[in-house]
Amino acid sequence: MRFNVSLPWWAYAAMGVGLMLFVAMIAVSVKRNHGIRRPLFASPYILWIVIFTVIPVILIGYYALTDVNGKFTLDNFRSFWDSNYIMREQLRSMAGDEMANTIARGSVNIDTLVYSLWMAFLCTVMCLLLGYPAALFMADKNIKMGATVVVLFIIPMWMNFLLRTIAWMSLLEDNGLINNFLEWIGVGRLQLMYKQSTVLLGMVYNYLPFMVFPIYTSLSKLDPKLGEAAQDLGCNEWRTLYKVTMPLSLPGVISGITMVFMPSVTTFFIPRVLGGGNTQMFGDLIESTFLTAGNWNLGSALSLVMMILILISLSILRRADPNGEGGGIA
Amino acid sequence: MLKRLAALLLVVMMLPVCAMAQEVVNVFNWEEYIDESVLQQFEEETGIHVNYMYFTTNEDMLVQVEANPGAFDVVFPSEYCVQQLNAKGLLAEINLDNIPNFKNIRTSLLDPTYDPGNAHSVPYMWGTLGILYNTEMVDEEDVKTWNVLWNPKYTGQVLMMDSLRDAMGIALKLQGYSMNSQQFPELQSASELLKTQKTSGMVKAYGLDEFKDKMVAGEAAMAVVYSGDAQYAIELNDKLAYSIPEEGSNVWVDCAVIPASARNVANAEKFIDFLCRPDIAVKNVEEIGYCCVNEPAIEELGEEYAASEVTNPTDETIANCEYFTALDANMLLIYNTLWMDVKNAK
Amino acid sequence: MKNFFKKFYLVLVLIFLYVPIVVLICQSFNAGKSRAKWEGFSFHWYRELFQNAAIMKALWVTLSIAVLATIAATIIGTLAAIGIHAMRKRPQALMMTLTNLPNTMPDIVTGISLMLLFIFFKVDRGYLTMLLAHIAFDIPYVVLSVLPKLKQMNKHTYEAALDLGATPRYALTHVLIPECKQGIITGALLSFTLSLDDFTISYFTTSPLVQNLSTLIYSATKLGISPVYYALSSLMFVVLLVLLLVVNRRTAEDKD
Repeated sequence: MRFNVSLPWWAYAAMGVGLMLFVAMIAVSVKRNHGIRRPLFASPYILWIVIFTVIPVILIGYYALTDVNGKFTLDNFRSFWDSNYIMREQLRSMAGDEMANTIARGSVNIDTLVYSLWMAFLCTVMCLLLGYPAALFMADKNIKMGATVVVLFIIPMWMNFLLRTIAWMSLLEDNGLINNFLEWIGVGRLQLMYKQSTVLLGMVYNYLPFMVFPIYTSLSKLDPKLGEAAQDLGCNEWRTLYKVTMPLSLPGVISGITMVFMPSVTTFFIPRVLGGGNTQMFGDLIESTFLTAGNWNLGSALSLVMMILILISLSILRRADPNGEGGGIA
Repeated sequence: MLKRLAALLLVVMMLPVCAMAQEVVNVFNWEEYIDESVLQQFEEETGIHVNYMYFTTNEDMLVQVEANPGAFDVVFPSEYCVQQLNAKGLLAEINLDNIPNFKNIRTSLLDPTYDPGNAHSVPYMWGTLGILYNTEMVDEEDVKTWNVLWNPKYTGQVLMMDSLRDAMGIALKLQGYSMNSQQFPELQSASELLKTQKTSGMVKAYGLDEFKDKMVAGEAAMAVVYSGDAQYAIELNDKLAYSIPEEGSNVWVDCAVIPASARNVANAEKFIDFLCRPDIAVKNVEEIGYCCVNEPAIEELGEEYAASEVTNPTDETIANCEYFTALDANMLLIYNTLWMDVKNAK
Repeated sequence: MKNFFKKFYLVLVLIFLYVPIVVLICQSFNAGKSRAKWEGFSFHWYRELFQNAAIMKALWVTLSIAVLATIAATIIGTLAAIGIHAMRKRPQALMMTLTNLPNTMPDIVTGISLMLLFIFFKVDRGYLTMLLAHIAFDIPYVVLSVLPKLKQMNKHTYEAALDLGATPRYALTHVLIPECKQGIITGALLSFTLSLDDFTISYFTTSPLVQNLSTLIYSATKLGISPVYYALSSLMFVVLLVLLLVVNRRTAEDKD
């Protein structure tokens, strides 16, 4: 564990000035109001946000818009659209136009993005279909299992996520437990690994709790009298569910969709283990661009595109839930 | 109460920092690439503490060494990567006078093209690239050529290496080109070949060293592996065999190098010298099963070891194979772009 | 009948969640190394576990970071929630957007942005950077758990305390914090869990010199993973489960 931190001098200077300003601000406000002004309690957090959220996001933008030498360029976004762009330009300078022009547009990045969005969509839909009834039953006062089941949903997350994914491999392999079982009952072995559906299974498994919690939270806040009233007024159970419960749990559903869709677009590791590396997702692409190809500028551009896409979809979702009542998993 | 607890915790956290005053050597090696008891023995004999860290691909390692100057004292890159590191000025020159056991290294591996005069590198392990196959599922005649990886008989039964140089190298070799080709048309046709392999459903999965366990478990008919992994798998499952196709293949040498940014050079030299000692070399080879670079150690390892084509390839095999040479950044980008295209093929 | 069906469905979902975990625990007792073959019951891998220096070091890193990050994030986050709650509408909205931002950013982007931050300012990645990153991604969860509790609280309680002669500090420790205790505990628990389970962000903010369990396991998975790791996570799982039960029992007793 090494703690040596080497910063340029101006960074230290900026930090020192910031700290002094910070202390001065607190001193002044304490003096004026004969007490601590409560909004100032948030100041350590503001400092934290600026350093660890705002500056990093700006840095991604900076790297995405520059080349290796730090010069402004849009090449990274051209490469995003046409993954062969840099290669073609390089060949142009090495072997001339003739050879360069034989190279068609490469669609690796776009294809991967589209595929990831599609997989994330499927994963979200499946989580919703599986998770909504689960949350509904958990919130059901007649069953009295809610609190316990919530804890039971959290506990698996204490087992390392990588290992949980690997455990699925032991289950699904050609000589794995499920296939051994199938052979034993006489069905015969099936190819279960390395398919798109295997990857999907791994994703649903990992993200399901994030769909269940927010829906459960918003359902358990509902006044049970609403349902009773609807039934008194002649609704049957299905109609009550459809007309009363579901619309009122919408904030939870939206929050659940956000919490499943966003991370599943950039899933990595799961496609590699359960999909056998046969298809890449956007997370794998970003990771290999940064760490295998060592191209930080293109990697930043990919991350930036991802972030913008997510912010757009978020603002659309916000519109459906203007008060942000969905809340977190808490 | 809570405050006191927090203070106590902080004190405990600081302890490992204080312990760092001891002599250390920071070793960055492939995982499972040393007999762990060797590290202990080194610590006992020299009093130098070994910080052992590992990587899983040369490309990962390169990025890490570049991004963390001073973090590593001894690194174990493959031969083409030695060249790459050296081209970037990341390697220190090794003073062979401080490594008396260097004399034990097999002469045919000395003064290699990738590092003339062994100025920056000391060979550690070596081996070949080939096909590990299950004799119950695969015809022995078929695996004499790389073409078996495209043979429709084995559709969906091939575990392919997820490493751009190896995969591209195989496709190049199959078409009679050099594994180090820099000719764009040759590379493009190699990439097309790999795409066909993927789209026709030959490949069951892409991966790396985890294949040895999958082959032992009988999960696939064949896998492209390094000879050391083949040796490990054959020991665990006698239905497995290893073949180096007739078109020729890759010979690789993993070397010990000292980064230019190393903070404990003297300790690094002691560590490398220790690895060149015959008794230590025997221990390591017995643990990981790769080909031995140490002549006195080969004798000690016995007849069976020396006679096996997997563990001790003959000179004819070597002559038929190639070292990988490093690619410059432009060429690497072309290889990488073509390989990404392969991975994206549906 | 209907209730039975509902319970049955919940049990099915829970089985889906727990099957891999049961498999892992069983395999940690397998004498052999292969996932495919059962070669008899043994504690072999547990013995191996305690002799494996790399794993023990990684365990220490993981736990110490989880604890330190939880403490730091809980303090900063609780204060922040109180501060944000007292803000006027516009700054409050801005703060909420900034708080939600890291939650909605994919882990990999957060990790990479932090990596760029550390590299740009030439901070060596290691223990400290990983800790800072963990605190950074934990705080918003604390804020989001505490804030709703503050909103539920009667606005005038705090002012009444001040009017009755309490100093702001006294009012803070004796009125505000007890009111949102539940939220603070939830936030801390959430931080701890997330920090323990995090892989992606740690992966990008540390060097191979300082590995936590997730990054260690990740590099092991590329090679065919040893059952030592199954033993490790089974053990951690059981310990945490027992801890949870004890805490639950005690809070239940408190209530009685």
